[in-house]
Amino acid sequence: MTESVIDIKGLYKTYDSGFSALQDINLSIPKGEIFALLGPNGAGKTTLINTICGIVNPTGGSIRVNGYDVVREFRKAREQIGLVPQELTVEPFAKVFSTVKFSRGVFGKARDDAHVEKVLKDLSLWDKRDTITREISGGMKRRVMIAKALAHEPQVLFLDEPTAGVDVELRRSMWNVVRGLREHGVTIVLTTHYLEEAEQMADRIGVIQNGQIALVEAKTALMDKLGQKRLGVRLAEPLHAVPERLAGYDLTLEDDGRRLVYTYSAHDDRARIQPLMAELDAAGIHYVDIDTQQSSLEEIFVDLVGGNA
Amino acid sequence: MNWHAIKTIYAAEMARTWRTLFQSVVSPIISTSLYFVVFGSAIGSRINEVQGVSYGAFIVPGLIMLSLMTQGISNASFAIYFPKFIGTIYELLSAPISFVEIVISYVGAAATKSAALGLIILGTATLFVDIQIAHPFWMIAFLVLTTVTFSLLGFIIGIWADNFEKLTIIPLLIVTPLTFLGGTFYSLDMLPALWQKITLINPVVYLVSGFRWSFYDTADVSVGLSLGMIGLFLAACIAVVAWIFKTGYRLKS
Ligand SMILES: Nc1ncnc2c1ncn2[C@@H]1O[C@H](COP(=O)(O)OP(=O)(O)OP(=O)(O)O)[C@@H](O)[C@H]1O
Ligand SMILES: [Mg+2]
Repeated sequence: MTESVIDIKGLYKTYDSGFSALQDINLSIPKGEIFALLGPNGAGKTTLINTICGIVNPTGGSIRVNGYDVVREFRKAREQIGLVPQELTVEPFAKVFSTVKFSRGVFGKARDDAHVEKVLKDLSLWDKRDTITREISGGMKRRVMIAKALAHEPQVLFLDEPTAGVDVELRRSMWNVVRGLREHGVTIVLTTHYLEEAEQMADRIGVIQNGQIALVEAKTALMDKLGQKRLGVRLAEPLHAVPERLAGYDLTLEDDGRRLVYTYSAHDDRARIQPLMAELDAAGIHYVDIDTQQSSLEEIFVDLVGGNA
Repeated sequence: MNWHAIKTIYAAEMARTWRTLFQSVVSPIISTSLYFVVFGSAIGSRINEVQGVSYGAFIVPGLIMLSLMTQGISNASFAIYFPKFIGTIYELLSAPISFVEIVISYVGAAATKSAALGLIILGTATLFVDIQIAHPFWMIAFLVLTTVTFSLLGFIIGIWADNFEKLTIIPLLIVTPLTFLGGTFYSLDMLPALWQKITLINPVVYLVSGFRWSFYDTADVSVGLSLGMIGLFLAACIAVVAWIFKTGYRLKS
């Protein structure tokens, strides 16, 4: 069995306002995994990450990082952790290089300019090393924050919506950075609202809703459930029933038989749209329009938790 | 102790001084020089000696105290308020450092800055008037104790404040009046009898008196009392910081 780097048992968080943001969270994440935490706005993703990282005090339960309790052995635990928070916040008057160097020192590591240089180069920030952080673009700031989180060579990296407001090219380059880190044995926990991102990156996906873990599953298994697409065919003449010869397809009739709907998995290359259309022609079924629909992440969450959202 | 972290934060705070050199060094020097011109020369020329010292020289220890106190508070309160305000505090909270280390580095840097400033003002003053230092050891001791105490007070204000108004209200409404009424520009026996009594509830009186004693060997109140008062302040500030530490007050939710 692989050793787990993060081990959360019975975690509760109730804010001073009385709001219960996390309830009985149990989660363990093995070393070297990329774990994606999904959930609608306000589900508790940031709260969960902040409790692990020491920014929010847990109300109950225990969290261990590499075996160290995050409250009692906070020094040992936090040395392992790098955090890129959701909000873009960088010290506005410092130069990129010095702000990253600062992070390394604050985490108790001896000065190592070569490592800082490597981190900046990996994130394509080396050109900007002498620029004042206030003067760089938002996407660049995000990268500076990642560089700060990596400055002390953490074993576990938390990325709270790392690609919000980041263009496609930069997003892909961040994914590459994350994969590169994983190759060096770094465990990564990220939150995202992009299904595509979770799909591209994650080994496992956890869904959190109303402060509770709704499910944790391997990505491949989950994607089959998540990635349902519907192909709608508007018929020229209504049908009373799905014709016998089309029984091999997952078909339903809607709209008093005027609309034929084919449900298939977007990740299943066995989707047989072309043969289906050919069969329709062969059966003499005429159609006037075609559309496709994919469920949104939010709909999927509702589905997953049985509509009790 | 995470010494790397303390060193890093301290160095970053000191570096900030160089970036804001005018605001943090030049402007206090200018304002102190103005005090000399107005109080020392213009008014002082009408006042003879106070407690056996020329008026211009008499006000020097008080002026230094004034800037130790106001600068200590403003340096430290701003230093910790700023990361809270812009959000970079997350890094301190997620780092393997304890609250004690945060206090040491921020208060240490703020105290260093204001103490250095006090010495610069002392240097500036020698250009205007003759100054003797009767008890150099105690002069330094008063200087260090005062800057550390008031930097701690500033740190507490910076933690407590959740907007700019709160950040400035205590210095403006409490500290500035107390320092101006604390015997910087006069000796207590220049006041009417009733005011002499009332003034004694102002803690700043004891600090200025003790500090002036270390220069000219004359004091309004006994030196032991001055030391006791500053010790009491320091203890009170440390107690509040310890309480903040225990409760995580206003830094973590
Ligand atoms: N300091 C706080 N005091 C009280 N309630 C809070 C506090 N911080 C967060 N909450 C509440 O806790 C809940 C979870 O917030 P959290 O930021 O963890 O959500 P999230 O899943 O990260 O959402 P998003 O996708 O919008 O980032 C929300 O209802 C939020 O209003
Ligand atoms: Mg969030």
